[in-house]
Amino acid sequence: MSNIKSAFADGKAFIAFITCGDPDLKTTAAAVRAAVENGADLIELGIPFSDPTAEGPVIQGANLRALSGGVTTDLIFAFVKELRQDVKIPMVFMTYANVIFSYGAERFISACRDIGIDGLILPDLPFEEKEEFLPFCHKYGVDLISLIAPTSANRIAMIAKEAEGFLYLVSSLGVTGTRSEITTDLASIVRVVRENTDIPCAIGFGISTPEQAKKMAGLSDGAIVGSAIIKLLEQYGTDAPAHIGAYVKSMKDALR
Amino acid sequence: MTNPNGRFGIHGGQYIPETLMNAVIELEEAYNHYKNDPAFNRELTELLNEYAGRPSRLYFARKMTEDLGGAKIYLKREDLNHTGAHKINNVLGQALLAKKMGKTRLIAETGAGQHGVATATAAALMGMECVVFMGEEDTVRQALNVYRMRLLGATVIPVKTGTATLKDAVSEAMREWTSRISDTHYCLGSVMGPHPFPTIVRDFQSVISREIKEQLFQKEGRLPDAVLACVGGGSNAIGSFYHFIGDKNVRLIGCEAAGRGIDTFQTAATMNTGRLGIFHGMKSYFCQDEYGQIAPVYSISAGLDYPGVGPEHAYLHDIGRAEYVPVTDDEAVDAFEYLSRMEGIIPAIESAHAVAYARKLAPSMQKDQIIVITISGRGDKDCAAIARYRGEDIHE
Repeated sequence: MSNIKSAFADGKAFIAFITCGDPDLKTTAAAVRAAVENGADLIELGIPFSDPTAEGPVIQGANLRALSGGVTTDLIFAFVKELRQDVKIPMVFMTYANVIFSYGAERFISACRDIGIDGLILPDLPFEEKEEFLPFCHKYGVDLISLIAPTSANRIAMIAKEAEGFLYLVSSLGVTGTRSEITTDLASIVRVVRENTDIPCAIGFGISTPEQAKKMAGLSDGAIVGSAIIKLLEQYGTDAPAHIGAYVKSMKDALR
Repeated sequence: MTNPNGRFGIHGGQYIPETLMNAVIELEEAYNHYKNDPAFNRELTELLNEYAGRPSRLYFARKMTEDLGGAKIYLKREDLNHTGAHKINNVLGQALLAKKMGKTRLIAETGAGQHGVATATAAALMGMECVVFMGEEDTVRQALNVYRMRLLGATVIPVKTGTATLKDAVSEAMREWTSRISDTHYCLGSVMGPHPFPTIVRDFQSVISREIKEQLFQKEGRLPDAVLACVGGGSNAIGSFYHFIGDKNVRLIGCEAAGRGIDTFQTAATMNTGRLGIFHGMKSYFCQDEYGQIAPVYSISAGLDYPGVGPEHAYLHDIGRAEYVPVTDDEAVDAFEYLSRMEGIIPAIESAHAVAYARKLAPSMQKDQIIVITISGRGDKDCAAIARYRGEDIHE
């Protein structure tokens, strides 16, 4: 059992996604601190992958910039360890199965515990394959966070019953990226989730405006925002942290 | 060879986004139903025979045999199929299955363009919409096939991400599938990706080894000593191997694209240079760096230019049942020219990798031994690129 629950203890949670090393780790550190100071409740740190199949063009771009900048899993571990000196809110890694598998599952997950990472989000690890990493997650007290999609239907209850940390409800079909409209009947999905688990449920994919965040968090326990933050990094580069701080404040204010 | 979880030994599985899980479960259920449905099988056999031109010939390459002075060489002529490659075997099966499932739209990835052409062909035949993803680099290498797909009514989307080759086309097709599932079937072109694709594609391609076995019994009254096929994802190879897996005395040899050599970074020889990983929905061997980042592979052949290999091949490699040998660009181009002049058959540059290894193997074997080489496709599409490789610029 990790520290993730605390992110949802004080009203609706705002969860910010940032790719490590985009464009460099110094900027990532400043961006994380800006998000935390302005009210983010949980930070999702992306470990870049060469072929991120669940990402839209914006986060693909972040992965590419980060890898071109030379960031590696080991550099990210050292970076998180340093960040943990002052960042106290829960942090999770978002990456792809091969990044963990290649590093060695036990070696990777035990390092997560050592540096203070609370959970893992792996978009290419569905319920049927979670045994790949789950035994080590349990051994080292790192939550393996499950995703539920608009197409999950008869699978929602099964996934929710075994969920840990929080449930990541994917708002729409397709890959990550901002959307002008979210049309999935999320209320009915959340209803089935609630019948099967007490752990919090946050909605992500496609959220960029305070109005959307308020609406999505209203249906659940929080809103997850990635591409909209990455766009600021794409636009402002090393100057992005100040813009990210202001953006996170506007989003968190909408959730209060 | 399959267990219910879609594993081949430790390989295979379903490492895909939750969004796609019900789609692959629905596909597996439909496939398990229709594969035993006599009406479905009659319809598919009729398409394969009347439309695609099966069975393909098993041709005794007399001049090549005499020239190499060792084993007798037979060529399994998948290049004679409609659309010019083995890809049509799988595509007709999947398109028919998709139609039975009520899908109206096919999407596909393609490397050399042969799978894209086959999918566009089946879509035209069955009145379905078709979108093909192709690495931008490959749209240049295989411009003729891009035009063929468009002529057949398909939309071709050049993929600019990553290395702009086959792996990026697969990633983009997977992304497209997550955004539109209800009316769309992802017609995967090789024995790769998440379960049930490696099994479905293998089954549809296994017609190749079934025919080789029958045809060789008629001609020679015996089994071959070795079966050779090129391996990218591995669909023509698994199709050529499948019905011989139980015949332990038949050597099964997959020929990988070594590009500029397996001691360089410009290679796509997964078995020889890769290691175990998880990518594109499957656990298998992949070319990757120490942190699991997928390597930018290289081969002159757009169809073999892929950093992974199908999970059943990984398993056959693990248990030592099949051998996987590297063949360089230079060797493949030599073999491309060799078969053209020796037998009057221009092979696809992919298939030329298998021909190249046969040239090394045959002389070391006895004259009463038999090698079967699967010529997975025809080489017309490659002529301009090979001319360029030889320093000659021709207009297509």
